Amino acid sequence: MTAAAPLGKDLLGLEPLSGEQISLILDTAEPFKEISERAIKKVPTLRGSTVVNLFFENSTRTRISFEFAEKRLSADTVNVSSSGSSVSKGETLVDTARNLEAMRIDMVVIRHGSSGAAKFLAGRIESNVINAGDGMHEHPTQGLLDLLTLRDHFKRIEGLRVCICGDVLHSRVARSNIWGLRKLGAEVAVCGPRSLMPNAIDEMGVTVFSRIEEAIEWADALNILRLQLERMTAGYIPSLREYNRVFGVTRERLERAPRDVLILHPGPMNRGVEIDSDVADGPHSVILPQVTNGVAVRMAVLYLLSGGRPELAESAKAGKGGA
Amino acid sequence: MTEHTETILDASAVERTLRRMAGEIVEANGGTDNLVIVGIQRRGVQLADRIVALINASDGVAVPRGALDITLYRDDLQTIGPRPVVGSTELPGSIDGCNVVIVDDVLFTGRTIRAALDELADFGRPARIELAVLIDRGGRELPIQPDIVGKKVAARAGDRVDVQVHEIDGQSAVVLVSKRFE
Repeated sequence: MTAAAPLGKDLLGLEPLSGEQISLILDTAEPFKEISERAIKKVPTLRGSTVVNLFFENSTRTRISFEFAEKRLSADTVNVSSSGSSVSKGETLVDTARNLEAMRIDMVVIRHGSSGAAKFLAGRIESNVINAGDGMHEHPTQGLLDLLTLRDHFKRIEGLRVCICGDVLHSRVARSNIWGLRKLGAEVAVCGPRSLMPNAIDEMGVTVFSRIEEAIEWADALNILRLQLERMTAGYIPSLREYNRVFGVTRERLERAPRDVLILHPGPMNRGVEIDSDVADGPHSVILPQVTNGVAVRMAVLYLLSGGRPELAESAKAGKGGA
Repeated sequence: MTEHTETILDASAVERTLRRMAGEIVEANGGTDNLVIVGIQRRGVQLADRIVALINASDGVAVPRGALDITLYRDDLQTIGPRPVVGSTELPGSIDGCNVVIVDDVLFTGRTIRAALDELADFGRPARIELAVLIDRGGRELPIQPDIVGKKVAARAGDRVDVQVHEIDGQSAVVLVSKRFE
């Protein structure tokens, strides 16, 4: 970790980061919140940088959030999705990226269905790579925005009890949250049907609750994952109604909690399945503040990964232009 | 090579200097109407606070005070890289039509002020902008000059001028640190 590259070249996940690096991103995100409240929502920081958003999976929130973050930092952005690009003609991931790089880009934000895709790409191109979700592995900026939202509310992360509820097995959000929360000293639990829990989940240092009532009694905050509906047809759960009856976070269940439990959800929500509308729109929900924080956190990540090219400094010193 | 440290202004001299600067700011603006004092993070903000307090003591008016962090407007991100701690920017309402006085601790190359002018332009269109600095150490790289100066210091290229403020450094002083060959 040097002053010029406090996070290194890429952001691939929260697992490889130290607690200090995660705290640095959260601290850096604070002043970026204010930029989105200005009349002119733009600073010139990344003027002249080109960022490619390479989305091989559908996404609304994450892609738009990244795009806002890039534009509010004055970067030029290009969006590439798998449909309607050469990817649908069978071009490989590396070829796509190398062709983009040949057009002189600076950063790639990648969402991909395969775990490890971001790391694979990062080792093969010179541009900074930001993981916007890779398969069932990590979604670091979602983990960071969840941490920022928790820190906003509780003024600390250390010692907090956070339970991640639902489909932990398929969730990259869950993994990024577990790594990030534990590195900052929170107690983490998971709760959901056994069929949607990864094997050896306890080796990640989390408590496992099999009843949602126990989780609600224990937790300061619940991060409720989206039940990916295709899991039902794959036989992981008997029915959506059954899931809601056993694991749904409802007002009745929260009213029995010994304290106010903060409600997070990474979206998109299935109202009436993993979360009831009363809860999603209730007084303890921070689901929309999460979305607001997402832009600030992504601006912080883009800023911390950018620049710091000593060769430019050398050429500037030699009087060949530069800054 | 050793570091040679020389106190240019002690606490009472800093206080006297700021009092004179506060007076000059009020005089130059014909009073305190439409006046906004904006400190540059860090240390410029604490100096701005002192100036606002001194104007309040002499004229009985609480002049609005803002803070500006110019990190995101720097011109050396691509070469030097991100500066880890970005401070907050907060302006007291609209600056349209106001007389804005930028307050900073040391004026050196002028690049910080260039960035501050760009940032202020993103918040509105002041009637005019003036620059007040506690120390002008020379060495400008841009055509920027201060309107109100606490003290001019002839510092050489490798020297450092450290302004210390109570809130951050525990004492109030201005120190010249120069490297000398023994």
